[in-house]
Amino acid sequence: MAASGKIQKVRLNAPIADSDIAALEIGQVVYLDGLIYTGREGVYNRVLAEGKAPPVDLKTLTNVNFHCSPAAAKDTDGSFRVGAVTATASFRFSKWLPRWFAETGCKVIIGKGGMSSSDYQSAFVPAGAIYLTTVGYGTGALLGRGIKKVEAAHWLDELGVAQAMWVLRVENFGPLLVESDLQGRSLFEENNAEVNDKIAKLYDGLKAPSLSRYGETDDKTKELI
Amino acid sequence: MIPISTVEAAAYDAMCKAAIEIPDDYLTGLKALVATEQGDLSHFVLEAMLENYEAAKADRRAMCADTGVPRYYVKSGNEAVIEGGFVAIEEALRSACARATHDVPLRPNRVHPLSRHDNNNNVGLNAPEIEYSFEPDTDWIEITTVHKGGLFGTDYRMLFPADGVDGIKRFFLDAIIAFGKRGLACQPAIIGIGLGGSKDTCMVLGKQAACLRAVGEANPDPEVAKLEAELKDLGNSVGMGAMGFVGSSMVVDCHIECGFTHTGGMPISIHAFCLSSRRATARIYANGSVQLRSEPNWFTPYMRRNEISWPQVEKSKKSA
Repeated sequence: MAASGKIQKVRLNAPIADSDIAALEIGQVVYLDGLIYTGREGVYNRVLAEGKAPPVDLKTLTNVNFHCSPAAAKDTDGSFRVGAVTATASFRFSKWLPRWFAETGCKVIIGKGGMSSSDYQSAFVPAGAIYLTTVGYGTGALLGRGIKKVEAAHWLDELGVAQAMWVLRVENFGPLLVESDLQGRSLFEENNAEVNDKIAKLYDGLKAPSLSRYGETDDKTKELI
Repeated sequence: MIPISTVEAAAYDAMCKAAIEIPDDYLTGLKALVATEQGDLSHFVLEAMLENYEAAKADRRAMCADTGVPRYYVKSGNEAVIEGGFVAIEEALRSACARATHDVPLRPNRVHPLSRHDNNNNVGLNAPEIEYSFEPDTDWIEITTVHKGGLFGTDYRMLFPADGVDGIKRFFLDAIIAFGKRGLACQPAIIGIGLGGSKDTCMVLGKQAACLRAVGEANPDPEVAKLEAELKDLGNSVGMGAMGFVGSSMVVDCHIECGFTHTGGMPISIHAFCLSSRRATARIYANGSVQLRSEPNWFTPYMRRNEISWPQVEKSKKSA
């Protein structure tokens, strides 16, 4: 049996201070208190492609952007009930992030699956930003418990429940794993490297199919993202 | 006659149960993997998932906020009579899906593929899907709901007879490795494989194998069962665990379903269910009573029949 107790846990306030971000190491577990907001394709497209001002001043609000859509329902009194919360795969948002960091002061992305290390080197490291990945996936009920209040749901009519910008007050919100640090190291890629060493052997003795397929790559050590 | 309101309520209850409660058979299978997991990070992730299942049940929250694509499987006894017939059943299932989406709440995931319009209730064009099967010599009807993730972990390939088990293993490894990295397949999962059939049947059988068979339930054909066990072990020896971290927890179980196929081909499909394996079944008896459970028992002997005729069973075995 493995010793998951060896894994270090830290609790931080959001917005997260630069000194806290600098101290984080990949593989640590983080729990958050404070304010975070959701933003994914719909929000990025509206702000960065259509040029609309964000519905709230993100620079003063918080520096934590969550790639997520909550399972939320509007009750008859107009309030929101959030049940479960699970992140969505982040690699799809790669092209938006350099400008998002520059224009909003965002320093922390929470999402699913991380980004590529070239994204970390080209966008995250220059912006002093890091990536926290949700766990599982997904610990929807645990993260849902960590949401204490929906502070606002911006652009709900324009973008719908899944794509709206939700401003969330959180407490002991986690677990999240530090996937990238300020040097741009990636926990996923370091694990992949270890896994990749053994992959070729798995195919030993298995003859190739008689009809091949075209694909982006036939190198099994590569990721398809 | 089974009242249609009973069907709607049972479908609603099944949808809530599927979203909130981890099936016992999956949990047992997962715990067996946790006990042997040597990777620290993979082990930590699985411990967090176990805690998540408890939190979901205690708070009556969905286990996962990604609803996937909620759908239904209907198994109707040959003698079942339902108020309003099958058109009424389809309306009841769409209504139950919309109500559960609001009440649990579930994320309204279903959008038009081009306009991206969302009805905010997981109902729309061809959504939720409803598939049918029949059961001889009985008068109950079963409604199974499955919330399966929609984006990663599925593939199809036309193999040929000469490719044999080697071809199957290569295809299996290709998919496991491609979708296992960073945990995009939300592993460890039940892996379903459709083998044979026509192309669409191959996909349907594989998805049903992943979503509608309980962990530990082997295919009754010993040769197929042997391949299931081999593939499970192969998947867990890749070196990847939860979230693609170094480890050994990849496949909770492997299920294969076969269909007679073109004499020149061996089509294969693969489907990964997920760490939340959301499924639940409601059996509605002719007297209107309802029983909820988490094992679908979809693949009955009748479903896997190989002959032209199905023998009549004696009255004593009816409604077993």
